[in-house]
Amino acid sequence: MARIELEGISHSYDSSSKPEDQREYAVSGLDISWPDGSANALLGPSGCGKTTILNIISGLLYPTAGRVRVNGKDVTGLAPRERKIAQVFQFPVVYDSMNVFDNLAFPLRNQKTPEKTVKTKVEETAEVLGLADRLKFRTTGLNAADKQKISLGRSIVREDTAAVLLDEPLTVIDPKFKGELRRKLREVQNRLKKTMIYVTHDQHEALTFADNVTIVKDGRLIQKGSPEELHAQPATPFIGYFIGSPGMNLLDCRLEANRLQFADFELPIGQDMKEKMASYGKDFKFGIRPEFLDVAAEEKNRAVAFTVAVIEDTGAYRVLTCDRESSRIKTRVTESINIREGDRVWLEFPEDKVNLFYNEQRIV
Amino acid sequence: MKNRGWLFQIPALAILSISAFIPLMTVINYSLHYIFAGSAPTFVGFDNYIEVLRDPAFQGALIRQLFFSMGILAVEVPLGICIALSMPRRGPAVALCLVLLGIPLLIPFNVVGIIARVLTQSSVGLIPEFLALVNYDFNVSKYPVDAFATIFLLDVWHWTPLVALLCYAGLQAIPDAFYQAARIDGASSWKMFRYVTLPKLRSVLIIGVLLRFMDSFKIYAEPLLLTGGGPGDATTFLSLHVARKAESYQLGYAGASSFIYLFIVIVFSYVFFQLMTHIGKGENQ
Amino acid sequence: MKKRYIFLICYLVVLFIPIYWMINTSLKTDNEILKELTLIPKDLTFKNYAEIFTSPLWRSSFMNSLIYVCLNVVISLIAAIPAAYAFSRWKFRGSHHLFFWLLTNRMAPAAVFMVPFTELYYTLHIYDTHLAVALAHCLFNIPLAIWILEGFMSGIPREIDETALIDGYSFPRFFGKIFFPLIAPGVGVAAFFCFTFSWIELILAKALTITDAKPVVVTLTVGIGAEGVRWGLLAAAGVLTMVPGAIVVYFVRNYIAKGFALGRV
Repeated sequence: MARIELEGISHSYDSSSKPEDQREYAVSGLDISWPDGSANALLGPSGCGKTTILNIISGLLYPTAGRVRVNGKDVTGLAPRERKIAQVFQFPVVYDSMNVFDNLAFPLRNQKTPEKTVKTKVEETAEVLGLADRLKFRTTGLNAADKQKISLGRSIVREDTAAVLLDEPLTVIDPKFKGELRRKLREVQNRLKKTMIYVTHDQHEALTFADNVTIVKDGRLIQKGSPEELHAQPATPFIGYFIGSPGMNLLDCRLEANRLQFADFELPIGQDMKEKMASYGKDFKFGIRPEFLDVAAEEKNRAVAFTVAVIEDTGAYRVLTCDRESSRIKTRVTESINIREGDRVWLEFPEDKVNLFYNEQRIV
Repeated sequence: MKNRGWLFQIPALAILSISAFIPLMTVINYSLHYIFAGSAPTFVGFDNYIEVLRDPAFQGALIRQLFFSMGILAVEVPLGICIALSMPRRGPAVALCLVLLGIPLLIPFNVVGIIARVLTQSSVGLIPEFLALVNYDFNVSKYPVDAFATIFLLDVWHWTPLVALLCYAGLQAIPDAFYQAARIDGASSWKMFRYVTLPKLRSVLIIGVLLRFMDSFKIYAEPLLLTGGGPGDATTFLSLHVARKAESYQLGYAGASSFIYLFIVIVFSYVFFQLMTHIGKGENQ
Repeated sequence: MKKRYIFLICYLVVLFIPIYWMINTSLKTDNEILKELTLIPKDLTFKNYAEIFTSPLWRSSFMNSLIYVCLNVVISLIAAIPAAYAFSRWKFRGSHHLFFWLLTNRMAPAAVFMVPFTELYYTLHIYDTHLAVALAHCLFNIPLAIWILEGFMSGIPREIDETALIDGYSFPRFFGKIFFPLIAPGVGVAAFFCFTFSWIELILAKALTITDAKPVVVTLTVGIGAEGVRWGLLAAAGVLTMVPGAIVVYFVRNYIAKGFALGRV
């Protein structure tokens, strides 16, 4: 097991002789470190450069600039197998002509491991994955979820595997097996304490799997932290909106005397906050998570009146979409207050839960 | 509505009835009669079949045919795979390779025969002249081995591109992830070929082997044009043998032998098909 | 990496030696062909080609070939498309047997069918017409076309049919507007194969024609075996028979890779 580090990684698929600064970069200036034995996620919208990063880590791509280190050792020039980094792909990769046992044994046999060791290792791995009773089965008859377990199994069966990369491993899995496989992945990580990097565009998968989430957008790292940190202190409005369901409410506002002026209402602010904001400028983006808004059915001091436009019931909670002229805010209500569509509600914005962004960067 | 499927078969069946079914029935009818020009056919039961099976000329043609068919499969399939593997995966060279490989497939059989004649003409053909350099006296109309080898190589030349194109199509359909995974698993290039490429090519190889096997039985024009089936009967394959009998109006014999021929091709094709669909699927059970 | 390209180039060179030799021979005078071995024509001449282009016999036989080949492609596709659709969509009683029986037609020895074909087409009064050859070639082309098309059609999810029919498309409209464009590459490949096998076939074409529909493949064989074969002329005609093929290959080149696996990779 190992620590994986990226240092100043940039990559361009443009191999023409243009000067470096004019090329289009798929990823640029990445510095990321994943500690030994950690469960990590690499999260970003489609096309943000996730797969490029993955291929650079696994060694399938040679970066235009920067170094990749495994346990401090520079492996940038090494082939995938020399790095001992395994990968689970979107589509389950199994060798159809072999049965489950031989599939799991394949990486070991390629290293000329004695058959006895192969047998014990494969059985151990199958046990962890819950495939022990199907070792003699043909792979062609298995469902995609089991095939994906075999792909994972092949990567963890070798003791010297430095890290496992999971590239959107649930994409082709039947919805009814998704949950089970996700739990299994998490459980395997917990039990074996192998460094794993889970790449996905699905925030739910990332947040449930990982202790540590890295968010990438347009080839750049924008935030790295625990799921809680990302939730409470998003570095940019994008993350605020991307993480959480529904995403963070984002409104433009202007700093006036000692209040924030919005398009259709205003909010008073404290002295500390005002001073801090004044040092940046005047125009800000105001963000608050739907679950942190206080909702009341009666008029209340310091609360702003909105009209409920839509109520969505998700079972665990209700999402209210509230309008005030051109402003729209979503809130999450757990307790059963009696509200119907078209009613007026009063929303309170607790100052300690507010995020303020200036120039797309979080300042408060 | 359960049998609406048959409705859609009507056009195909209507045409096949006059281009396959009726002729086939006629052939079977011939095979059960003694037919001689001018006189009315007499029913002779299976006499024609017995005569065919006992005929050393038929036996010779059959053995030669099987030897030839197995031989070309043994050469064309591996060679086709090698060519497909060596072709570039992308870029402008791909289209060029595909077109170049496609051209021999579109040369009519008798043009292939003519090419063979031109290349092997005694005294001025390219091949005899070339082999004369190493003191080999090459003459297709004198030496059976030379004639057989020429037909064999001609078939390999003509049809290996088909196998190669099939395999190339199969290779293109293998996702990169399989090779990446195998590389990560530390597989040698031989193992990658054995456990990734070959199993994934199975379905196209089945098609290739079946097509080549069925068509190799039809070889006719090339030996006819090269040496007329000779020297002796060195290049008299099954089709040529049967066609000669039909041309000399021994219709009973021709009908019986062609029915036996059809039976053999179907049985072999069926066995191939079964073998190839099951190889690699159940070997670990 | 480089080694495999050397192998490929060597193979392609060997592949083209016979074709080059044909072209080479076609550009020589008969005298030169018979007297000595020359790698390039010493006495370059286009006389052989000129003779073919001016001879009505050659011209008409080229036309005959093209006519019955195209006719065959059209007939084969018209018959094969509905049949393949049925095989790919429904399991009907006896469908497996029928499919296998169709395939066995592909295996049938053309040499054997010569005589029955002649008799049958005489009776139908189509002997020595383009239609006769086109129909005879259906023997192996319809099964092949069904096989190829069935492969392509099976790759298209059945839900598409259902959705279209639920959306109120009539079956013919669905087939023409939605389904056909989806299988167009498959139809192209099937047409290509039918063209190929019909174009290169000799035995039936020879048996079913005398003069009116005599194809170029037959004209080519005439005179071979006799003394004083005109090799230059034959080679030139041979080169010309490759031209339609080369044109067809050029047009389908983008589908070749996908199509050669007969739609079942």
